[in-house]
Amino acid sequence: MNQKKIIELKGVAKSFDGEIILDNIDLNVYEKEFITLLGPSGCGKTTTLRIIAGFVTPDSGEVMFDGEMINDLPPYKRSVNTVFQKYALFPHLNVYENIAFALRLKKISEEEIYERVEEMLTMVNLRGFEKRDVNLLSGGQQQRVAIARALVNKPRVLLLDEPLGALDLKLRKDMQNELKNIQRKTGITFIYVTHDQEEALSMSDTVVVMANGKIQQIGTPTDIYNEPENAFVADFIGESNIIDGIMLDDYKVRFSGQEFECLDKGFEKNEPVDVVIRPEDVDVVAPEKGMLCGIVDSVTFKGVHYEIIVTINNFKWMIQSTDYVAPSQKIGLYIEPDAIHIMKKSEFSGMFGDYSSFSDEHDHLSDIIEEETETE
Amino acid sequence: MNKKSLLQRAAAAPHIVWSVLFIVAPLIFVIYYAFTNADGKFSFSNIVELAQPSYLEIFLRSVCFAFLATVICLVIAYPIAYFIAKAKPKTQKILIMLVMLPMWMNFLIRTYSWMALLEDSGIINSLLGSEFHMINTAGAVILGMVYNFLPYMILPLHSVLSKIDFRLYEAASDLGCNPFFVITKVVFPLSVPGIISGITMVFVPSISTFYISQKLGGGNFDLIGDTIERQFQTAYNYNLGASMSFVLMILIIISMTIMNKYADDDGGVII
Repeated sequence: MNQKKIIELKGVAKSFDGEIILDNIDLNVYEKEFITLLGPSGCGKTTTLRIIAGFVTPDSGEVMFDGEMINDLPPYKRSVNTVFQKYALFPHLNVYENIAFALRLKKISEEEIYERVEEMLTMVNLRGFEKRDVNLLSGGQQQRVAIARALVNKPRVLLLDEPLGALDLKLRKDMQNELKNIQRKTGITFIYVTHDQEEALSMSDTVVVMANGKIQQIGTPTDIYNEPENAFVADFIGESNIIDGIMLDDYKVRFSGQEFECLDKGFEKNEPVDVVIRPEDVDVVAPEKGMLCGIVDSVTFKGVHYEIIVTINNFKWMIQSTDYVAPSQKIGLYIEPDAIHIMKKSEFSGMFGDYSSFSDEHDHLSDIIEEETETE
Repeated sequence: MNKKSLLQRAAAAPHIVWSVLFIVAPLIFVIYYAFTNADGKFSFSNIVELAQPSYLEIFLRSVCFAFLATVICLVIAYPIAYFIAKAKPKTQKILIMLVMLPMWMNFLIRTYSWMALLEDSGIINSLLGSEFHMINTAGAVILGMVYNFLPYMILPLHSVLSKIDFRLYEAASDLGCNPFFVITKVVFPLSVPGIISGITMVFVPSISTFYISQKLGGGNFDLIGDTIERQFQTAYNYNLGASMSFVLMILIIISMTIMNKYADDDGGVII
């Protein structure tokens, strides 16, 4: 990165009631970047955002803005603006006045306010809504007003706290594109918080994966997906089979009782490792042609592909295939060397990546719990 | 909704009976007495009699005292209500209970206590060794009103202030409001409904009170309430008393209408 750093967190830590929320975070945010803080609830992503906004003061560490320490600068003196999770529009003001709010405080002339508000309304496709009561707008419209209200200030950095969380799927997709366009057009740095990995991958220049108050990995969406640093990242971003393995030599790994060729090197001889294999990278072949063989447990139709759960050596693999196989059928698996990704053992090893307890229902349930705790 | 079940009608019946007996009927009596003379004939004479300077002075004084008491209540109550609303939920409950606590005691006893405190040889003067003349002054009457009706201002204000989403404070601060502007640009406008109901709940009892002025004002500051009471209890002039009540009601309705004009069309206003 040869761009200029705009925000820098150095060893930032925060605890609430003795519980560690952020554990020594180091993070650089560069100008004109779309950076996403991604992680499950309680990972510290929202707290990080609130520290940058100035609503939370870190217990230790430094928050730098443009090379100056701003730990104790109150929010109203920072050149960042926030799009809040539930919009936080002012219910006593109409659409126009909500957007003009920050400008009125700056004693800007009425004509300039009008110009800038209209410019914002055009950008978020809400022309003609000036006099509307914000309480009567739809969720998507409120969202747009919130974005316009934050951007009219021309902040150096825009903070977005799960801004699309309350919208339905279709609208969320549209808004994702729109936000990305707005970011490109304005050239403002966006710091985006979400627990939706797909959102993070499709919008961001840089993704920061967080868990347990620590940054697990920082990288481009492709890096994060293809080269996850540990079992947590591999599991949180997309689906993955994570198997215990032993690195026999450079480019040679043993797992599930077989030796495989791979593209990874630089591990010690016979070092225990986590092996990641994405479900879409596994080819289903006839049992005699397979590198591994197993019996199909279940098959679920997902639209684009079938989701196949197959047991091999007591490990349940998930495989995504466009070809149908019948449950109880014996199938072979073929894995290319570039489909195998090796990770060092971490505190998350053994916690993720086995589909023995997998069910959609379970996934759904944890999503709901996540959202509930997030809003507290 | 035009076909209500028998049960629904039956459930509403007690309320209707109650309203008719204790609200509608007394109102009719008030209007009847106000517009008849001692012989029971229709007449404007009672209303005309109220135009005398002595009565006008009483009306004016009542409005002034009630207005002052309301303003003082608002000024004292707003910071208290704001402070309570910002406290933790558990603390809020305790503080609200403390605000309500005096109301558990009888109104007369509380007013008598103020007499004991304010008298020339009362508790305050003997504690301070001073000789302030406090009882039987206009200040004492207004103090009595403020003291008695303050909780009615704090409670609606607190109820509105505690419902303001804390994110709005953050949003205001984020958009450039210093703490003072957060209050004036966001908190205050959003608390207008609470201010309106608080003013109503203090102004109405203040303008119609009759006991506070007698005990703390020593009879030097006749208010409408006292005059009405005298017409019924001493002078037995029901017609004049009723006409005063009627005019008082009109006064209150006018004040409230003006108030509600300022509240634009915000929903939560209690009249």
